[in-house]
Amino acid sequence: MTDAGPQPIKIAGMTSRAIVVVVIVLAIAAALPLVLSNYQIGLATEMLIFGVLAMSIDILAGFAGRTSLGHGAIFGVSGYVVVYASAQVGLSPAAAIPLGIIAATLVAIIFALLAVRTSGVYFLLLTLALGMIVWGICLRWTQVTGGENGLRGDVRPAFLVGHRGFYWAVLVATALVSYAMWRFVRSPFGLTLLGIRDSESRMKSLGYNVPLHLFVGFAVSGFFAGIAGALYAMFNNFVSPSTVALGQSVEGVLMMIAGGVGTLFGGFVGAAAIITLENVVSAYTERWQTVLGLTFIVIMIFAPDGIIGTLRAILPRSGRTKDRYIGN
Amino acid sequence: MSAFQLLNGLTYAALLFVVASGFTLIFGLLRIVNLAHGALYLLGGYIGFAVATRTGSFALGGLGAMAAIAAVGFVLDQGLLRFVRGNELRQVLLTLGFAFVLDDMALVIWGGDSFTVPIPQMLKGGMRVFGVFYPTYRLFVLATGIAVFAGLWLLLNHTRLGALIRAGVDDAEMVEASGVNIRRVFLVTFLLGSALAGLGGLMGGAFLSLYPSADAEILVFSLAIVIIGGRGSLVGVGVGSLLVGLLNTLGQVMFPELAYFVIFGPMALLLAFRPLGLFGRAATS
Repeated sequence: MTDAGPQPIKIAGMTSRAIVVVVIVLAIAAALPLVLSNYQIGLATEMLIFGVLAMSIDILAGFAGRTSLGHGAIFGVSGYVVVYASAQVGLSPAAAIPLGIIAATLVAIIFALLAVRTSGVYFLLLTLALGMIVWGICLRWTQVTGGENGLRGDVRPAFLVGHRGFYWAVLVATALVSYAMWRFVRSPFGLTLLGIRDSESRMKSLGYNVPLHLFVGFAVSGFFAGIAGALYAMFNNFVSPSTVALGQSVEGVLMMIAGGVGTLFGGFVGAAAIITLENVVSAYTERWQTVLGLTFIVIMIFAPDGIIGTLRAILPRSGRTKDRYIGN
Repeated sequence: MSAFQLLNGLTYAALLFVVASGFTLIFGLLRIVNLAHGALYLLGGYIGFAVATRTGSFALGGLGAMAAIAAVGFVLDQGLLRFVRGNELRQVLLTLGFAFVLDDMALVIWGGDSFTVPIPQMLKGGMRVFGVFYPTYRLFVLATGIAVFAGLWLLLNHTRLGALIRAGVDDAEMVEASGVNIRRVFLVTFLLGSALAGLGGLMGGAFLSLYPSADAEILVFSLAIVIIGGRGSLVGVGVGSLLVGLLNTLGQVMFPELAYFVIFGPMALLLAFRPLGLFGRAATS
């Protein structure tokens, strides 16, 4: 970061122009429930939650160069713990939600301990296998997880039962979490992750403890995925093995890629695109899985840089290097 | 562990070997992690089931499954993967998308019921081995697993194609530079690996039965085997299959609900010391 010339004034790390954009986007997002139907408000809530999941995956994929196929499991564990703690144990949401997020972070820590020494395809394979183990446990450990039937339970506190109120609560949470993630990837620590993505050996020879940095990055990413999972548990009041299944991780990764790897906020664009597609498709056919698979294939072949990445490539801005993040 | 459970573990390991050897052949040579391998297994099972019930011949079912899955593999490799060559992550994610499509199509055609491939008359019943009465069919699976291992070992170590495959695993560019059409070796390997998944589907379909999430279970075991055994090593797949098969059986006996967890322990331990697996070597490129 060696900008020549006067430094722009920054408030909370953002330039004044960025603040204007953020305020406008938030104002529009906050006004949406006033014009949308209850069903559409539900969809918008889902987009926000999955946007957070996609961003948490992007912390690793876009900034540390490690694509995880196990984040659906981390997300789902948080959901399971939140529903179990509130419906079966009888804890209040204020206690159940932190528990869920802690559980997700712990799962992420276990994943990270095993995965940080690998990279590329091995990282993908390992996180996939670990995620599937979590899925297998959720499916088979019937006494606790309810097996294939899953767990049901009202998690939302009374004042958030309405669609609009809940949407606004999720919006506030999403905004805070997104800001935290943004600060994280731009922090000196976040920059070391970028360094690892670009050249692991160089970072090593500069004296950085590469596995430790990846470990912390993974744990932080899992923490945010856990927040998304807790929000989803409140949104759905239901978890089942499909919440932790590979499909969940895949959707998260697809949203992240569709938005644009390494763009962070692209996660919301990707989530909005995929959820919209899912709902449009579901009106015509029950074959969402096929469409999801085809979308994956098409994006991999034609637009691996995602929506934002492709736009950036078409409209090059001065001073921005064009990277094909997924191209290594 | 009783002799009966030991045999269960061994026969399961034999099935896993057939499926995972195809997976690791493709991974080792083409560097493609084919996440559609589980879906190919399940589809092979369904097709084998359809052929075997129509013709009344188990052997024809096996041939049909292998031929059909090799054809699907051809479409995957030549129709889709060719556009993302040389890019590992895009390849992996593309095969994942392909797996979703295959699974969903299988659900459309065969529905959510579970099917069991009919066992031929001569393999029905049981026989006495190591002092226990054991199903003949599962012993047949064990024998097939050993035969596939022997066949692959001969292929890899005593044929020209095998020499090319082994050379390709170590350094594909050098093989190409010495005047070999490595693309064709790649394609043959891909078809062979796919056919093995199809064969596994038929064999597994007769004692594990076929149902919509069977592909995910086989895939996670195949991944574990390759992670344990190492990329592209036949002995590695053999050892990995034995470990995973026996541990899984042991786990199901001791902690039925957490059986999945039992393969996790050795995998974790191994990765801490040998990130590339027991028999894996670092890629030369």
